[in-house]
Amino acid sequence: MSQFVGDVVAWFADPVNWTGSNGVPNRVWEHVQMSVLAMVIATAIAVPIAVYLAHRRMGETFVVGIVNLARAIPSFGVIAVALPITIRMGLGLGFWPTLLALLFLAIPPLFSNTHAGISGVDQATVEAAEGMGMTNRQVMTGVEIPLAMPIMLVGARVAAVQVVATATLGALVAWGGLGRYIIDGFATQDLVEVFAGGLLVAVLAVATELLFSLAERLVRRRYHSEQLTRSTV
Amino acid sequence: MSLVAQTSNQPLIVWDWIGRNLTNIWDRTVEHIVLTVIAVGIGVLISAGLSLIALRWRRSYSPITWVAGLLYTIPSLALFTFFVPFTGLSVLTAEIGLVSYTLLILVRNMVTGIVEVPSEVLEAADAMGYSRRGRFLRIELPLALPVIITGIRLATVTIIGLVTITSLIGLGGLGYFINRGLQTFSSPIGTTQIFVGTVLSIALAVTADLSLVGVERILTPWRTRRIGR
Repeated sequence: MSQFVGDVVAWFADPVNWTGSNGVPNRVWEHVQMSVLAMVIATAIAVPIAVYLAHRRMGETFVVGIVNLARAIPSFGVIAVALPITIRMGLGLGFWPTLLALLFLAIPPLFSNTHAGISGVDQATVEAAEGMGMTNRQVMTGVEIPLAMPIMLVGARVAAVQVVATATLGALVAWGGLGRYIIDGFATQDLVEVFAGGLLVAVLAVATELLFSLAERLVRRRYHSEQLTRSTV
Repeated sequence: MSLVAQTSNQPLIVWDWIGRNLTNIWDRTVEHIVLTVIAVGIGVLISAGLSLIALRWRRSYSPITWVAGLLYTIPSLALFTFFVPFTGLSVLTAEIGLVSYTLLILVRNMVTGIVEVPSEVLEAADAMGYSRRGRFLRIELPLALPVIITGIRLATVTIIGLVTITSLIGLGGLGYFINRGLQTFSSPIGTTQIFVGTVLSIALAVTADLSLVGVERILTPWRTRRIGR
């Protein structure tokens, strides 16, 4: 066991593993880039639709359905099914099937939490905002979204952790990222490399979770303090 | 582009393959179910112990959920890789990873279920002379059952999805077909296996979820009766 731990430490100390396209910095960067890209696109798709539907008090049943169904779909299956689809579309291996799968997995939590957050905004607040002469758009961007932000961030956290985890499987469809160490390590029976890859993925996932938890706390605190000042005025 | 030309006129699913491999598919389905049942079963036992500790000493709840939350955040494939060097490509490695995933969901629902039993009910039970243990077993546990079973449903559906990933450490249940399909993805047999593995895994998750709803109905007949009235 101590022998193995020593080998892992040696792997991380080896300069070979820190340079070039298969070096740790490049693999981490690929993983982060892909995850951020997937989150940005998924947010751009899911959030506006969810905000609009919730504002109109529509799509309740759809939300419950999408949450239940999304949970039953294995992420491994999603990325595998994405492969024949992107190949038939002429988009090929690697980047596209990985991105497509990540979008598919990130949209449901973003959508359902945004919808729940907006639906949970006190109707009296919305009416007050309308009474002040705010347009529909102003109510959505100025009242509903800020009030729903803590719950929307919960959705973003769940989606982001899922995306970072599943991006690892991108190595199976010939994409890069940190999954390369795990998949290539298994292929060459290099368990030290496998372990190192697992460690890097785990650290990245936990860092993502902490980052979003922090954002959530900051938003909640801001909202909370605003409420306090409002109530004392 | 040659890959496109090569694959675009081929069928996505070769139905013959499914017919020829029914026994194989059945065996992998059983493997999938066994891996899931072991994981959820052990998960329930460990979580029950952790929940009892958390309920007895309230201060331990947040460290317990913190550790369970950490295990839940670590991607399953990463968790498997941590144990492969020590426990090999084995069922043990798979189960350690899978069980770790169930803990957060199960402990959270078990503790919430018990804590949310209304205090008037507890006071009434005390007034009726229930012992502490009797009150727990006959009053608190049955009333918490719906929330606990919801936790078991969530854990089961999650684990059924994760079992597919154990194909990367030589197991996999239905994930075996997804993995094999990926290795031969340019052939129709490959895509067939990907779809078979994915669709059956989803079907298994939905079936398990509905069965557990049924179990909940049987175990908490008073709730159904109330709805019926």
